[in-house]
Amino acid sequence: MSQAANNQILTTDGIPLKVSLKKAERKNKIRAFTLVLPLLLFILITFVFPIFNMLARSVDDKQINTVFPKTFEIYKKWDQSDLPSEEMYATLFNEVITADGRQIGKASTRMNYSKSGWKSLIKKSKRQFKKIKEGPYKEKMIAIDKRWANIEYWKALGQMVDPYTMGYYLNAVDLTYDSNKKIIQQPEKRRIYNSTWWLTFEVSVLVTLFCLILGYPISYLLATLPLKFSNLLMICVLLPFWTSLLVRTVSWIVILMQKGIFNSILVWAGIIADENRMQLIYNKTGTLIAMTQILLPFMVLPLYSVMKTISPTYMRAALNLGAQPMHAFYKIYMPQTIPGISAGGLLVFVLAIGYFITPELVGGSEGLLIGHFIAYHLKTTLNWGLCSALGAILLAVMLVLYWAYNKIVGIENIKLG
Amino acid sequence: MSSNSFVKFDKVDKSYDGDVLVVKDLNVDIPKGEFLTMLGPSGSGKTTTLMMLAGFETPTSGEIYLDGDAISSIPPYKRGIGMVFQNYALFPHMTVNENLSFPLEVRKLNKSEIQDKVKKALSMVELQDFGNRMPMQLSGGQQQRVALARALVFEPRLVLMDEPLGALDKKLREQMQYEIKHIHENIGITVVYVTHDQSEALTMSNRIAVFNDGKIQQISTPDILYEKPECAFVAQFIGENNQLKGKVKSINGNSCVIKTEKGEEIKSLKVNVKAVGEGSTVSLRPERVEINSPDTNFENTFDGTVKELIYLGDHIRTRVEVCGNDQFIVKVPNSYKGANLKTGTSVKLSWKASDSRALDLG
Repeated sequence: MSQAANNQILTTDGIPLKVSLKKAERKNKIRAFTLVLPLLLFILITFVFPIFNMLARSVDDKQINTVFPKTFEIYKKWDQSDLPSEEMYATLFNEVITADGRQIGKASTRMNYSKSGWKSLIKKSKRQFKKIKEGPYKEKMIAIDKRWANIEYWKALGQMVDPYTMGYYLNAVDLTYDSNKKIIQQPEKRRIYNSTWWLTFEVSVLVTLFCLILGYPISYLLATLPLKFSNLLMICVLLPFWTSLLVRTVSWIVILMQKGIFNSILVWAGIIADENRMQLIYNKTGTLIAMTQILLPFMVLPLYSVMKTISPTYMRAALNLGAQPMHAFYKIYMPQTIPGISAGGLLVFVLAIGYFITPELVGGSEGLLIGHFIAYHLKTTLNWGLCSALGAILLAVMLVLYWAYNKIVGIENIKLG
Repeated sequence: MSSNSFVKFDKVDKSYDGDVLVVKDLNVDIPKGEFLTMLGPSGSGKTTTLMMLAGFETPTSGEIYLDGDAISSIPPYKRGIGMVFQNYALFPHMTVNENLSFPLEVRKLNKSEIQDKVKKALSMVELQDFGNRMPMQLSGGQQQRVALARALVFEPRLVLMDEPLGALDKKLREQMQYEIKHIHENIGITVVYVTHDQSEALTMSNRIAVFNDGKIQQISTPDILYEKPECAFVAQFIGENNQLKGKVKSINGNSCVIKTEKGEEIKSLKVNVKAVGEGSTVSLRPERVEINSPDTNFENTFDGTVKELIYLGDHIRTRVEVCGNDQFIVKVPNSYKGANLKTGTSVKLSWKASDSRALDLG
């Protein structure tokens, strides 16, 4: 080997072989890259960049630092034992007066996350501050609003001095900073995320499980029936797949609501009394039923594609060797479908954990999943920091799952068809 | 039922769709310890027959007996018949050892017994050191042997093999043929073997059943099948064969005369013709024909024209036009005589009446 390294292999015209090979392959590489380029750019712009942007937003606290730079400079020297000095009041006063209105608005929203009341305090003060022409600012500000004399407000600012914050992540799991920057639980009535996280997991696991239980036999039939029947069955599986998601979800409402088709049939058949109509929609049950139906094809298709490749001779061989049909199925057939089970399971779980439309429409108030809160903060409260933190946690959970899956089953065993 | 019939097919018919009979009125007796090969082209019903014996298909009518018991209603997992499948069907998620243990575990043998038997079976196919490999890590020939070991490890009464060597290359196939033959001889088990390869059938079998069109055309030992085919299909399917078509001119006891369209009269053995005037195919092995022989003991002598010479080393394959057939093949030994042949020359072809067999039209 060492000799080969010293004496480079040359082509007949005396150029080193490696150089010559590279030259010959360059054209192909450029061609391949050109073909990939549009998609690559598209993914970079619409996928990679937004993800990093989101991750950055979830810890970003820079905006308020650009509005109150000098205040925070002085704040760092404050010992937090007593009300701040006249100097700090004066600096804050100046920065509120001089700052752009929109920036102040954003900053005060951020301050409100740390201590509610800040936003209205700033809003009220900004109007009144114009009347104050000169110091001492401390007394005059307290005269405008007593809250300026409340040390808790000042302490709450401490969470924002750093341009990066863990606050959003803490909020996303029902924790928060107290005024001394210690991590504590949110007050009881504001704890909503942990239960939502668990509900999201529970629903995703159950939906995956139901999809597997319902999808496995169908896939088996699909893979083993003669072509003319299996084609028909395949169409039955795919037909809902081609129907609008919204239509399917709304049809579930029609079927499952209290005066709906399902309850009416049960009443008509005398199985339940008219006054005992079941609540099947606008709760967790509704979410589970609708999501299972909607995600079922994502379980069936990978399972089917794996089962299709399993030759029926394996079952025959097992029977021939003396195994009862059930035993043969369990010992010989099932283990060979594991790549399909895990691919389908992972696919359904990943889709279910971030599902939005269906739980939103049929989940009622008790069936709301984490996707709902992400959308809520994105569109209604405009708390993009919390929204990003929730999204980032979701992303992290999926990466952990992927990692665990790779450790246990091996990602090369996944088969999507 | 005769006492030496271990497997018996009794008037078995099989149809899948109710329109076509895949197997028609099948009657076979297989004595214990025999190596019987079912030979035939694809679609001739031989694999269906094997599947009925294994229990994966049920006869539409008739009954199959194994060791005196009717087995049509017994499910495959209770039949105790070993089987080697076409593509081995080794369980891909199990090691070789686990594959071999499987039939023993379902029979609830204890652990040490299982280990002993697996070891013994593996050493029988000379794969002692491969127990912990996965099937995918073995070559085709090794997989084949594991499949064989698995079919034998639970000591079945009968072993079925469904074209087990079809996926191997020629050299390995020949080697495995001998190995299977030797294993059969050593343990004396009854084997029913399915193949479409006639040389494989001739090498391995005690008896061969030639299938065509859902029927057994002839069932006999390899030498009789080759030397004395009973019908045109068997004559043509096994070994090389010259066929001359004509009509029966006269019948005299065991012999007859067949007249070709051009008027040549071929003296032949009466094998599968019944009456004067019916059509017949005369079958003749290429190695039984002499070219320009000085011997006068041959009942049949005709003039032919050499059309093609193919040099094959030890002999020269000579294509001759004779009796209206331009595909008539003669194997001329590569001696002085053969070296003189030229394309287009006239030759004298002679053969004995006992070597030309008057068969059905086919």
